[in-house]
Amino acid sequence: MTTLPAALTTVSAALPTALPAATAEGVVAATAASGVFELAWLLVALPLASAAVLLLAGRRTDRWGHWLGVLASAGSFLVGAVLLVTMLGAPAEQRVQDLHLFSWIPAGAFSLDAGLRLDPLSLTFVMLVTFVGTLIHVYSVAYMEHDHDRRRFFAYLNLFVAAMLLLVLADSYLLLFVGWEGVGLASYLLIGFWNHTLPNAVAAKKAFVANRVGDVGMIIAIGLLFATFGATDFETVFAAAGGASEGLLTATGLMLLLAATGKSAQFPLQSWLGDAMAGPTPVSALIHAATMVTAGVYLVVRSGPIYAGAPTALLVVAIIGAFTLLFGAIIGTAKDDIKKALAASTMSQIGYMMLAAGLGPIGYAFAIFHLVTHGFFKAGMFLGAGSVMHGMDDDVDMRRFGALSTAMKATWITFGLGWLAILGVPPFSGFWSKDKIIESAFATNGAEGWQPWVFGTVALLGAGITAFYMSRLFFMTFHGRRRWHDGHGAAPDPDAPVRHPHESPGLMVWPMWILAAGSVALGGALYFGGFEYWLEPVFGHTEHDDPVLPVPVLIALTLLLVAAGAFLAWRQYAAAPVAVVAPRGSVLTRAARRDLYQDDVNEALLMRPGQYLTRSLVYGDRQVVDGAATGLARVVAGSGELVRRVQTGFVRSYATTMVLGVIVLAAVVLAFRI
Amino acid sequence: MNLVNYLVLSGVLFSIGAATVLLRRNAIIVFLGIEMMLNSANLAFVTFARLHGDLTGQVVAFFVMVVAAAEVVIGLAIIVAIYRTRRSASVDDVNLLKS
Repeated sequence: MTTLPAALTTVSAALPTALPAATAEGVVAATAASGVFELAWLLVALPLASAAVLLLAGRRTDRWGHWLGVLASAGSFLVGAVLLVTMLGAPAEQRVQDLHLFSWIPAGAFSLDAGLRLDPLSLTFVMLVTFVGTLIHVYSVAYMEHDHDRRRFFAYLNLFVAAMLLLVLADSYLLLFVGWEGVGLASYLLIGFWNHTLPNAVAAKKAFVANRVGDVGMIIAIGLLFATFGATDFETVFAAAGGASEGLLTATGLMLLLAATGKSAQFPLQSWLGDAMAGPTPVSALIHAATMVTAGVYLVVRSGPIYAGAPTALLVVAIIGAFTLLFGAIIGTAKDDIKKALAASTMSQIGYMMLAAGLGPIGYAFAIFHLVTHGFFKAGMFLGAGSVMHGMDDDVDMRRFGALSTAMKATWITFGLGWLAILGVPPFSGFWSKDKIIESAFATNGAEGWQPWVFGTVALLGAGITAFYMSRLFFMTFHGRRRWHDGHGAAPDPDAPVRHPHESPGLMVWPMWILAAGSVALGGALYFGGFEYWLEPVFGHTEHDDPVLPVPVLIALTLLLVAAGAFLAWRQYAAAPVAVVAPRGSVLTRAARRDLYQDDVNEALLMRPGQYLTRSLVYGDRQVVDGAATGLARVVAGSGELVRRVQTGFVRSYATTMVLGVIVLAAVVLAFRI
Repeated sequence: MNLVNYLVLSGVLFSIGAATVLLRRNAIIVFLGIEMMLNSANLAFVTFARLHGDLTGQVVAFFVMVVAAAEVVIGLAIIVAIYRTRRSASVDDVNLLKS
């Protein structure tokens, strides 16, 4: 076992290690939770209890079950809000608290406690999850109204909220892993919610399997931490991490990154997210846009003290983030399925967060900042997409949309606000968070040479492509000529389907309005409210290096690229007519439409060899192992058959055998004089 | 008189007994063959006892007689029982255990 960390140290020494160690200055040590914080367990318990009631009581709760789900989620939000207000009132050195729940695994000298970590980072997540979660619960009441399994849907949603809160509140990697698996389970159940059609069930399985690959990394990381430090709780591990060898920290960091790529749909485990859109749209909004997929970012950011001693692992995080950022953005430009385009966008935006997290302590706060604003505007846009589908007979092909701005005004406006936010137009939310990430990517961070230029350029380019594909999505859906037929007069296009678009009910529209308000104002509010300093008790205080280019130049460049991208999209998809049936497109378009061949690569590299392996194993099992067993049985049966012939049933023949035997024995004895 | 003659007689009696057991079907006759083999063995025992001047062989002969008497009781009882149920005393007819 000593060779692995040693080898990694050699590797990391060979690579250009440039990112500096974290400054621990300003990090607050955890104190025991007291007062209102002792009620934090309610955050997890409320939705969990509701999920249990809905699942166990069955059809009896069909009539009011969904409202119980909403109540449980809202109750969690209220508890979280109380905790947040209390924490805001406390001085910085009391803002990190550990709530001991119970002794989880007491086994002699070895013991593990379950506890909750209450600090600015976890409470930020609690607020995001419960607030957006509650809105989406309300939205789902109307969205799933005609589904006879609505109660089960709410049970799963509550299960998800409970697991996600456990994930972000856990004070040890092991408890975090419980939540980690819980959200994976909820995600699986919800993607495959309509599992009576095969593709949905397959998509759920795909997400599950891809996440299991990441989980292997998580388990190895926990094992490494436990083997080294003898504990998995944050307090012990982070305190001891400074003294551990770089090789070990690098290995742990890379394994944690593997876990994060699985959960957050980052390269190379990104392929499941597009298929996950098979789930109901509120699920896509809550789990596959706003909260669960950001768990990977949370994991990396939370493990900051580990990455502080492993600059190579941190560099890999940044590279993965930058790569996925472009990867998702390119896919997004070609997708005609509105939900899959949004999914590609999610992948790309999480790439931004990963990139920021990979920049080290100066990027952590911005990663979380972007995560929060993204949670709002992307959830809002997903709900908008759900509203569009609701009005368009569950159609998702944007080539059959167009000119919906008149038919669905509220959806159009709320979606438009989200669109402006993700573009990063000032003063909308996305501007404040994304611009900060681009600035940090361009900052030297103590690194020399290529890093700021490469990461910065990728982040900048990503902003331009984001503007193009999001504008394409927006214009194709809400503007341009309509490519559906309302049943009156001449059809605009022979391929246009008959649709009767209408605005969605109030229960669906109101959550969209609230999220749209967040898309507009949250970024600025958090920016001027000092979000960065709010997180300082967790990450410590970091001095920011200057970017290699002046900040105003960067902002101007970003806005220029965004405008260019939006203009291109407008010219191509709003001013010019859009074909109802997708044209063949260029090589790049076709590649992007097929997710840049991610599935083909996975199938060729992993699935087929895997199938060959299992098939040859089955063959070997049948022929060799089973063959040996059945062969032995056949030999025994055959010899038994032979011996059976001797048993004639005649006493005299037996007697003859005996006499002959005695004679032979006597002859032998006499002959050899024994 | 030469003791070897006794042994030869014993061998001849044993062979006759064995041949009776193997060749005859009637259970009673087979039984008689067995008795004859037992008694030929007794004769051999006694002869050897005389030859070696040791009484052990004679004691064994008594044992054989006792065991043979017990065996006759049980054997005849079985033969009678079989004859009652199957109306036959042929050993070839007793093959219930063969499949």
